[in-house]
Amino acid sequence: MARLLEHQGKELLKSCGVKVPRGAPASTPGEARRIAEELGKPVAVKAQALVTGRMKAGGILFANTPEEAEAAASKLLGSEVRGFRVEKVLVEEKIDVLKEYYISITVDDSHRVRGPVLVFSPEGGIDIEEVARRQPEKVAKIPIDLAVGLRPYHARKAVKLTGTPEEDVKELYGVASKLYEAFRRYDARLVEVNPLAKCSSGLVALDCRMSIDDASAYRHPELGIDFAREMDRPPTRLEKAAWRVEESDYRGVFFFIEMPKKEGEHYIGFHGIGGGGAMIGLDALVRHGLKVANYADTSGNPTASKVYRCAKIILSQPGIVGYFLAGCVIASQEQWHHAHGLVKAFRELLRDKPGFPVVIVLAGNKEEEALKILEEGLRDLPIRLELYGRDYVYEVDYLAERMRKLVEEYVGGGGGA
Amino acid sequence: MDEETRVIVQGITGREGSFHTKLMLDYGTRIVAGVTPGKGGSEVHGVPVYDSVEEALSEHDANASIIFVPARFASDAAFEAIEAGLNPVVVITEHIPIMDALKFVSYARDRGIKVVGPNCPGVISPARCKLGVMPAHVFEKGIIGMVSRSGTLTYEIAWAITRAGLGESTCVGIGGDPVIGMDFIEVVEMFQQDPQTEAVVVIGEIGGDFEERLAAHVRREKPEKPIVAYIAGRTAPPGKRMGHAGAIVTMGAGSAESKIKALREAGIPVADLPSQVPELILQQLRR
Repeated sequence: MARLLEHQGKELLKSCGVKVPRGAPASTPGEARRIAEELGKPVAVKAQALVTGRMKAGGILFANTPEEAEAAASKLLGSEVRGFRVEKVLVEEKIDVLKEYYISITVDDSHRVRGPVLVFSPEGGIDIEEVARRQPEKVAKIPIDLAVGLRPYHARKAVKLTGTPEEDVKELYGVASKLYEAFRRYDARLVEVNPLAKCSSGLVALDCRMSIDDASAYRHPELGIDFAREMDRPPTRLEKAAWRVEESDYRGVFFFIEMPKKEGEHYIGFHGIGGGGAMIGLDALVRHGLKVANYADTSGNPTASKVYRCAKIILSQPGIVGYFLAGCVIASQEQWHHAHGLVKAFRELLRDKPGFPVVIVLAGNKEEEALKILEEGLRDLPIRLELYGRDYVYEVDYLAERMRKLVEEYVGGGGGA
Repeated sequence: MDEETRVIVQGITGREGSFHTKLMLDYGTRIVAGVTPGKGGSEVHGVPVYDSVEEALSEHDANASIIFVPARFASDAAFEAIEAGLNPVVVITEHIPIMDALKFVSYARDRGIKVVGPNCPGVISPARCKLGVMPAHVFEKGIIGMVSRSGTLTYEIAWAITRAGLGESTCVGIGGDPVIGMDFIEVVEMFQQDPQTEAVVVIGEIGGDFEERLAAHVRREKPEKPIVAYIAGRTAPPGKRMGHAGAIVTMGAGSAESKIKALREAGIPVADLPSQVPELILQQLRR
């Protein structure tokens, strides 16, 4: 995953020279105990979860002895912190903090900047976003020109703008330049340290959030990223499968993300073509009271095999009572690839589903051929198939209503069981 | 961009490059050469192929480039085009590493060269020139300037505008990536100067703050020609969140509601459905 866990991020920061607390990750309570023993002092036991607000959610515990550390780890491991299942804890020395700074490097895509930006605040800690809202003068945003890099004057400016006492400016520059180094070296979208703690031994990164640019993940095999997509939770089994499809075939684009589902509920398998057009279809289904299982998008003239694998993944979700292909646009891609892929997937997965509703709107290049392939290829299946061409790309509300009707009949007839 | 635009297609021998070269030639775009390293000396749909932009330029008088090169090599192609002074450089490729995009976008800006994209459908001036992958038949020469972050939605709305008899002067797909060359503000400003454009349609998308920035720009500059907008993705999941830094840098921008609110407050009508766009334009033009 392109977002790194705290302990992974800290390893990278350390390799760039940023001071982090001594410690190590543990997957079992026993391991946590051994790490605490080695450290020989009070420790923090921190759930490794890709969420914000771990402290408030009880995901960070403190322990004075190795026994306490073991107990804390067994409490956290396997638990859920804000919906994220904890598989590792980070056990590290507890630091006495004098002051908390906030510091990050991210990409500002705005018109003026379009480059890295250094964000700094002397009011670090858990309420940093609140600080940014209430006291914007306490947060400095300094654009960094890629050709210039992060220089001492940037740090001086950040310190001055936020009214930070100047005593730490040199060391803050040291940390900022190392974060920038990590940002560049690992093709990051974000390197964030909050808090950056001032303690008796200097500035220490107590936490670290790091996201690697999805499109750059291939350059960093050392990071072991097996799912280069930014998410707030670990990928599902199907999302991983979808990623492998995308990763192994560069022709066209396939994106798939699952929505949260409840057992026993009915969902529409959603398949869009092209981001914007797909969203129009998605919006329409939701307007008509249907629940959508997922968001999927195949565009950029993908191969039939990619579309086939997409359709199979969509249909593998639980509770699916209908399939909606929202090609709600006149596309220049050759639509017969979609037709071939869908025919193959449906023939494999829908032959024993009498009455299963499928609504397809497909328009643009090779539209007639595509609709003919679908019609002929699916003729002998027992499904309820409705095919629409270019005259219907605007009629998303009509199509969503058709979907709703067909689903009602299908579920009413017991087919949704 | 017009009949005088003479184009080099970079990545012309690939599946997409060759496919769209054919469609652009059919549309009447003057493609004078193609470039694929290692494939120099061959031909694609009658277009001669060279190993480098420099070699192509030594034989042909080109002034624009369109790039279909796969993501891992696309930034190399973009730098090559920008250094050679081709303008505009249209980058169709998706999934280009962000640091690479930042570098060539900034290099182009320093050299005064317009980059469209990456991850975009390109530019079309109906009946004159097509430098992109959009389906040509939804466009017709007319008076509406279009600028969009979405590929597919552009086609849908363009077709509505065409069917309403308004037609398009030029349509620019600026691309959906966080780091792109031309943005809404630049294109809207160009439409203000363009004698063929009488009104502008802006098609936004959730994420980022381009729409909010456009709204602020319009409030400040009060451009003469009317602008109408559409924002896609009202029910889409909010997706990416760049730690606290993302929230601090964008300050709550990004949702469909935030964009619609900002645009309406700037006096820009926002259509609820793509099909309503032509009617909104007509209302504005009647004023």
